[in-house]
This record gives sequence, C-alpha cells and structure tokens, in this order.
Amino acid sequence: MSFSAARPLDPWRWIGVPALLCAGFTILFASPIRVFGLHLPEPVFPLVCAFGWAVIRPSIIAPFTLLLLGCFLDIFWGGALGLWGVSLLVAYAGTLFMRNMMTGQSRPMMWAWYAGVCAAALLTGYLITMLDVKAAPNLIALFWQFLATSLLYPFAHRLIDRFDDADVRFR
Amino acid sequence: MPLRQDPFGELKVPLTWTAAVALIVAVIIGGAMLLSDRRETFQTEAYGAARQAVDTVAAPVGGVVAKPGEWTGDIMGWLGSYAFTAGENRRLKRELVLLQQQADEAVRLKDENERLRAVLGIRTDPPIDMVTARIVSDARGPLANYRLANAGVEAGVMVGFPVLSERGLVGRVVGVARGASKILLLTDAAAKTPVMIDRTNARAILTGDGGPNPKLEYLRGREPIRAGDRVLTSGDGGVLPRGLPVGRVVKGLDGRWRVALDADSGAIDWVRIMKFRDYAQLADRKALEQTQLPPVITENPDDRIIRTPAPAPKTAPPPARPAAPAATMPPRPAPSPTPTQPPATPAGPPGGGR
Repeated sequence: MSFSAARPLDPWRWIGVPALLCAGFTILFASPIRVFGLHLPEPVFPLVCAFGWAVIRPSIIAPFTLLLLGCFLDIFWGGALGLWGVSLLVAYAGTLFMRNMMTGQSRPMMWAWYAGVCAAALLTGYLITMLDVKAAPNLIALFWQFLATSLLYPFAHRLIDRFDDADVRFR
Repeated sequence: MPLRQDPFGELKVPLTWTAAVALIVAVIIGGAMLLSDRRETFQTEAYGAARQAVDTVAAPVGGVVAKPGEWTGDIMGWLGSYAFTAGENRRLKRELVLLQQQADEAVRLKDENERLRAVLGIRTDPPIDMVTARIVSDARGPLANYRLANAGVEAGVMVGFPVLSERGLVGRVVGVARGASKILLLTDAAAKTPVMIDRTNARAILTGDGGPNPKLEYLRGREPIRAGDRVLTSGDGGVLPRGLPVGRVVKGLDGRWRVALDADSGAIDWVRIMKFRDYAQLADRKALEQTQLPPVITENPDDRIIRTPAPAPKTAPPPARPAAPAATMPPRPAPSPTPTQPPATPAGPPGGGR
C-alpha cells in the first residue's frame, strides 16, 4: 500500500526549507548597512510562507511553524512576544478561509490577494503594538514595510507554483 | 496505485478539520504569549533567557553577515576620498579655520566657567565611563526599533545605560546577554525620553512612533519651541544624564513638533554605551553614608514662654520625662546656646519692612 496520495508533500521541503530561508533573509536584511545613506528595507519575509502554505493546502504543521517564525521575529526584532506570531496566523487564517475564492485566479489578482493579506497582518501588528505600548505607531513607516513585503509576491508565487499540484485532494 | 483505491485519499475532511483545530490552538498559544509578555517593564528579569540566548547567537552571526557591507563601505569610502581629495582638502581647510575660532571661544568660556564655579561653589558631575561597541544588527520596522551591539555583561553593560553615537543620543540598553546588548532606539513606539529645549529650557517628552522623527509631547511653557531649536536630555527622572545632544526641532507633515535626531545624520556603526545608572553614582557614596541627620531637639519645658503655675511645694516632685524612642531620637548633643537664645531680630531699615 502506498501513502503517496495521503502524504504527497514532504513537510521538510514545503514548510521547513522556506521557513529557514525566511529566517535567513530576515537576519541578512537586518544588517546595519546603508546604501547612499538609505537603510535596507525590512520586509516581513514569513508572510510569503503564511500566504503560500495556506494556498497550497491546509496543514497541521504550518500554523505551529508560523508561530515559531513569529517568535523568532519578536525576539530578533525586539517586539512583544506573540506580536508577529498572531499577525502571521491572522494572515494564514484569512488566506485559508478564502483559498476557494483564490484558486484559479490570474497572477495579478493573486498579487492583489497577497497584498490584502499583508495589509491584514500588518494592521493586526499595528493594533497589538498600539495596545501594548499605548501609542500609535507611524503609519508612513507601516506603509513602507507593507510596500516592501508586498513586493515579495513572486517568491510566494514560486512556492505555490512548485507545490500546488502536489496534493490533488485540496485543489 | 490509483488515488481512488488509496484508503487515505478520503482523509480530506478530517485533515481540514484537524488543520483548523491546529490553527485555533496556535492562535490561542500566540494570544497567551502576548498576554504574558512583560517587555514593557524593561526590567532585567523581564528580558528572559530566550531573548538573551538569541542575542548571544545573533551578535556574532550579525557581525559576520554585516562584514561584506562594512568592507564595501570601506572600499567605497576609500575610493571616494581618493577621487575627491582636492575638494575635501578645501572643505577641511574651511572647517579648520572655523574650528580654530571655536577653540579660542571654548578656552575663554572654560576659563569663565571655572571662575564662576569657584565663586558659586558648584560641584560638577564626574566623568562617566563608557564602553565602545559595534552595531551588528538593526531592526527598523514601524513596530520595533532596536539595535544589537556586540558588548554585553562581560564589558559591564547593564540594563538602562544610555547609548550614544558620535553625534548624539541613540537610545538605551533594555537587554543584556553575554557578548551582546539590545538597544531600544529613541524612535521605537515604546520609547519615551524626558528632554528639554536648549533655548527656552522648556521640558517635553520625546515619544517614538516607529518613524524616523519622534514626536515632542507634553510641551510646557508659552511658545516654548521654534523650528531649529536644539533638543537635549533634561535628566528629569534620573533615567538619563542631563545635557546629552538629541537633535533639532522640525515641524512634521502632520503639523506636530518632531525632532530630527542628531544620531540619524550618519551611519550608526559604532556606539558608546555610557555606564550611567542614576544620579546616586555621581555622588560620593562614602560621604553620603557618613552624613548624619541633624539632631532632633525636643521642646524643653523650662524654655516655655507661657509657663504653667508652679506646683505646691508639698506635692511630690514630677516624674522624670520619659525617654523618646531610640529610633526617632538620636543622642542629644551637648547643649549649644543657639537653640535657647531668643531669635535675633532681623536687621532692617529704620523705617521698618514693607
């Protein structure tokens, strides 16, 4: 008896490797480098995974991996513990809830969906920070981070493209 | 084997529900983490072992990752200085003339300052030790603005120490690990710094919001501020020493007074961590410990102006005055004439005071 249809995706390949890549890119982009007086952008790389994993198929491991990635962001960037964990899970839950509407859409439309999910996650982070520090973070700075994160959609598209057809039960 | 014959092929619905349950459990765990987080206290014990461990690992990793950038910057700087030598030479000569004038003025002011201090008997604060560290990691998003420096407990760094670049205040240390310390920047949404306007001495609270220019809140005084005013730390509350340069006042796009930080005008790759805990460390502790409180002098019944009538001679002598509690009354010193003397009449003009 083969388990190929029940477990067609290797969790390490579609969850482990992208998660490690996100952590690595986060560390890389946190370098204190200035180019022509400008800092590097600070996109939220794990949002690529949150969107891609939810579109590919529902998973038990993915939410906990996102929680771990969120904890890593909180500790590495210095935010409140749970801030990015909850924000990433909001993005994941939103995508999972609407994945039936997303499947089969054109690439620009998927990019728009991804941008919407990023906006929801950043808005969640904004509200949590506002409650935590009792002050409103800067909306312009939030917009720049949203823009930098939205531009990462090609990576999410590559992730979806690679593993979307691997499990036909969830198409 | 075809999919239809696979018994696990029908597991779609259970897996979807299990995934939904896993998602809910993960959200609950995340919410619990948020509620249990005590980061806002900025205390050593609230920083936690996990954050210390990550900082200890991230400091050398960040140092290695930042190396190519540093090398590139050094090469670009060297090429730039080589290409623009003539122009830079002219600029440096102009600056040298300006600095010579400022140095002469500084000598004059120093002399005047010393004379005035001697006249007034002012005691100035002693110099504070500093630790130099390199920034190895930089979080600059809207929700968290922190930097990681590669000096930690082994260098004597403690939570609360102010951090400066070569131009001005950067922030303060909120977490220390072995070989690393995390710096909360003035721009973070959680950062609140007591400052003063140099020109008017007006006080305000510098409040970060994740953007490059923190806000000035709780400004006091009538017209206390103008664009271009210098902003310094006020030292109020004893968190930071007084007079550290912070920046210049600018009007924000939202119409609020904000500060263009001095430290933001150049790359912050090296910082100085000032070993300042509070004002108590600036005082001579031995002298403070030896200081005795002035003696408490209780009222002597013999010195009363309104005297009670003398008791009849046949009555028994009054009992001895009970001793005051030792905790509130130190040993009485030898009687000096001063307390028992009538108060001297203040000298005034013959016509009397107003």
